Order: sequence, then C-alpha cells, then structure tokens
Amino acid sequence: MLAVRVLGTVAILFVLSIVVFSMLHLAPGDLVKTLLGTRPASPEAVAAIREQYHLDDPLPVQYLRWLGGVLTGDFGQSIRLQTSVADAIGSRLGLTLALCGLAFVAAIGSGIPLGVQSAVRAGGVLDRIGTALGVIGLSAPTFAVGLLLLYVFAYYLPIFPVYGGGRGPLDTLYHLILPAITLAAGLGAIVLKLTRTAMLRELDADYVTSARARGIPEGRVRRLALRNAAIPIVTGASLLLTFLVGGTVLAETTYALPGLGTLLQDSVLFKDLAVVQALTLLVALVIAVIALLADLAYLLLDPRVRAKGGTA
Amino acid sequence: MSASLGAVGVGFRRRGVPVTVVVCLVVLAAAFLAVVLGPVLYPEATKQDILSSLMPAGSPGHPLGTDELGRDILALTVAGAASALVGPVCVAVGSMLLGILLGTLAGYERGPLDFVISRWTDLLLALPVLLAAIVVSGVFGGGYWTTVALLVLLFSPSDIRIVRAGVLEQSARPYIEAAQMLSLSRWRVMFRHILPNVSSLVITNAMLNVAFALVAFSSLSFLGVGVPPGTADWGRQLTDSRSIMFDNPAAVIVPAVLIIAVACAVNLVGDWLGQRLTRSGGLS
Repeated sequence: MLAVRVLGTVAILFVLSIVVFSMLHLAPGDLVKTLLGTRPASPEAVAAIREQYHLDDPLPVQYLRWLGGVLTGDFGQSIRLQTSVADAIGSRLGLTLALCGLAFVAAIGSGIPLGVQSAVRAGGVLDRIGTALGVIGLSAPTFAVGLLLLYVFAYYLPIFPVYGGGRGPLDTLYHLILPAITLAAGLGAIVLKLTRTAMLRELDADYVTSARARGIPEGRVRRLALRNAAIPIVTGASLLLTFLVGGTVLAETTYALPGLGTLLQDSVLFKDLAVVQALTLLVALVIAVIALLADLAYLLLDPRVRAKGGTA
Repeated sequence: MSASLGAVGVGFRRRGVPVTVVVCLVVLAAAFLAVVLGPVLYPEATKQDILSSLMPAGSPGHPLGTDELGRDILALTVAGAASALVGPVCVAVGSMLLGILLGTLAGYERGPLDFVISRWTDLLLALPVLLAAIVVSGVFGGGYWTTVALLVLLFSPSDIRIVRAGVLEQSARPYIEAAQMLSLSRWRVMFRHILPNVSSLVITNAMLNVAFALVAFSSLSFLGVGVPPGTADWGRQLTDSRSIMFDNPAAVIVPAVLIIAVACAVNLVGDWLGQRLTRSGGLS
C-alpha cells in the first residue's frame, strides 16, 4: 500500500539522518578543532564552540536539536565559507539544477527516439550503433568523457569555453552546454537501454500483432507500444537519479563549475562537515521523493495497478 | 548497479566468440599484462625529475612526453594500471562473496534474518554509491584498501538481492525438498546444492560490478579521495595532469581513453558471458 511505502521512506530518511548526524562525532580528529577550522584554539574560542554547538549536552539531545534545525532549514554555519550552510547551498543550487535539467532534456530527447528506433529495427545498423554508444555511455566515467570532449570541442575545435560558470543567463547557458552533453552521455545511455528493452517486449506482445493485423498504421501501433513501454522507463527513474548525483559532482569538477557538486567536493576535502551533512541529507531526500513519485507515476500509468488498489 | 547492457550479441553468430568480444579480451589481456609487468618494467615511474619537466609527446626517451614533475607519461600510465584495476576486481570479488553469504542466508533461512538483511540492503540502495564513497572516504580519510572495503560494502546490495532472489526461486524446487528429506545440513543444502544453480547470475553480476567499480574507483581518485597524491593511478593521473592538459595532451588523453576502453571491455565481456551462461542452461 502507498501508506506503507511512504512510511518506509520516512524510516530510511530517519536512519540516514542519524548516520549523517553521527558523522560529526565519528570523524577522526578532535571535534572542537574541526569546528574551529582555521581559527586559533584559544580556551575562550573552545568554550564558545562547545556552547554554540551544545557539545556538553547528551548526544540524543544534541541530535534532536540538530534535527529540529534541519527541519526548519537551519543547517548551521560553513566553517570554510563563513556563511550559513543554507546560503552556501542556495547560491549554488541554480547552476546545478540548470545543468541537471539540460542534461535530462538532452538524455530524454536522444535516448527515447534512439531506443524506439533500435527496438523497431533490432539487429539493424542503427541498433548496433545505438548499442555501441550505450555501452560506451554506461561504461565511461563522466570525467573521462568530459576531458575528452574538452579536447575536441574546446581545444582542437574551439567552439565552447574550457571552464567556468560564465556571467549572465545566456553566457551561463553557453558554459553549461558541454558539461550537460557530458552528463547526458551517461544518462542517455541508461534511457536508451531502458527504452529499447521495454519497446522490444511491447512490440512482441499480442496486442501489437492484433493491431497490425487490423491494419492500424505502423506509426500509431508504435505510439501504442511506447505508451505501455513508458512504465518500466519511468520506474527506472531512480537509476537515472543515482547516476545524476555522482555524475554532477564529476562534471562540475571537470569543468570547474561553481555548483553543488564542487561545493560537496571542496567541503569534503576541507572537512567542512556542516555542508557535507546538509548536502548528503538533501540528496537522500531528493532521491527518496523521486522514488516515491516514480511509484506514483507507475500508478497513474498502469490502470491494472490502480484497479488492484496500488500495491506498488 | 546491476544494469546489464541488453543484447549486445544480437545479430552476431550464435556459436563461437563474436569479434567484439575477441577485441575486448585482447584489451583485457593487455591491461592484465600492464598490471603484472608494470612494477617490473617501470619500478621508478613516480620518480620526479624536474629537469625533464613538461616534455611534449615524441621526445627522445619519452614517447608520450612528461608531466610538470618530469614523470614519464608512458611509465606512469603502465605503472598506474595496477592501482586502477586491482582495487575494482577486489571490490567485485569481495561484494560477490558478501552477497553470496548474506543473500543465501536471507533467501534460505527467511524469517527475522531475512528481514534484517533486506532492510540493510534497502538502506544501502537508498544511497548513491559515489556520493556515499566521496563523503565517507573524504571525511574519514583512509587509504587504498579502506576505499576497497567501503566500495565492497556499497556494492554488496545488488549481489545480495540477486543471490536472495535466485535462492528463493530455487528453494521451492523438488530437488531441494529431496535434499532436505535426506536431512543434509542446511549449510550443505545452501552452498552445495543451491549455490551452483545461482552461480551464473552471481558471476555475471560480478563481471558487471568490475566495470562499475572501475568507474567508481577512478572517479574517487579523480576527485582526490581514495588514492594518496603521488601514486601512479589513472584517475589520480587525470587530476594531476588537468593543469597541463593543453601543454601535453597525451598526459590526459591516454589514461582517459584507457579507463573508457577497459570499462567497456569488461562490460561487453560480462554481458556476453551472461548470455552464454544463461543460454547454456545454468538457470531457468
């Protein structure tokens, strides 16, 4: 039932929040020193830190206080950037969303048509090219693809800028094209594979044979099959998201884009734990919500599941 | 992490080894040779020599040139194969063993043990592997083998699920009932009778995991976690050579192409092996 599914998601997020909270206390080295960052460790500063983070309270109390802050959008202070974590994330969120959005559109726009065509003419030239591209897209690490694209389209053929986020909306968009293509290579490969497999199965079904036998035009038959193939494609969305999370970090690092991925990498290397905690929770939340939405979409797309009362 | 690549061999000859697979096997054999012979051929690959800094490809004595620190790119690349490839293979084998143990226990014993193991895999699957690996190995530090252990843990859910599903399906069959009637010990039933029948699934998934682990591992070293600075490693080499990528393109292009080539080869061979094993009746 849907309620059970929602409860399960909440339970997983709860356990993860405990893990993320403990990270602060489990990290090697002295906690106070980590929180002080580059400031000198005078007794007053140490006392101030202990006071500020309530380090003398019992751990469950500390956890509840931290969770209360998180739920109201207060993730604490970034010791590296000297701003609130919420501000640090807010100022970089736009770029990452734009990058992921562009990559997503490119991946869907290329993966689905290519997947359908591959399935329609399975074993043909296009299918073999598609399969080969799919293997490369799935196997090649994002940063390796990114670096090679940089050579081709920014160095040997100087069409795109080498790195940076650009100024102003249009310039940013221009700077995002190559990173988005890099991300879309992996994403598109997953979409292509999901589409091809689902379409192959649908085109083999009895209703397709019967539709063809009744003389329904091939284009309409394919649209019919694609509608049914949409279910496994949509439920594969979590696969896309998992790829996108890691891929964004790598693509942003490769192209030196000031987004959430580079924020995560810099914060991890600097041991700016408040930022790392916030980003980890944020990603976990987004993934959990998208997985739930994918299940809901499954209900909407498949009348059979709806009729049974939804045991997604 | 178990996204298999679909029917790669469609349209190829049904019997014998397809050409693509032969090419892939040659790539893998070359990589294996580099792993074994790298330390012998280039024991001093990471030695810095500032006098021969930033030589272009084709220089005498340095066919692929050198980097900023004067390290020979060819030597660094050949020597880097070991670090780039041994870890991922260990990750795949380790998570396969963990998956066999926990998956078989969960699928055969059922009950509370199954519940605990299944919730554990749910929790791990809710995390993107790369994110978890970056955060944990970045924050907690730790060297090469800590990263291997971490990735084993993060890769194990796919193995556990696959083994569990296979064992569940086999447990209901008459031959298991027969084995139980002979009052064979449960360990004997689990690992001598059920396991061989799910092994083709497990081996195929382990092959694909090698490819994914290779990507994860090199990504981590590219981001500066997992492999200490100065190590000969393909991912690390790409980070280190980013600043000189336009001075000596070979320093970046060669390791990048090698990572892609090996990952593709492992994936294709794994897929082909999977199809072969499935067709030969290893499982229904």
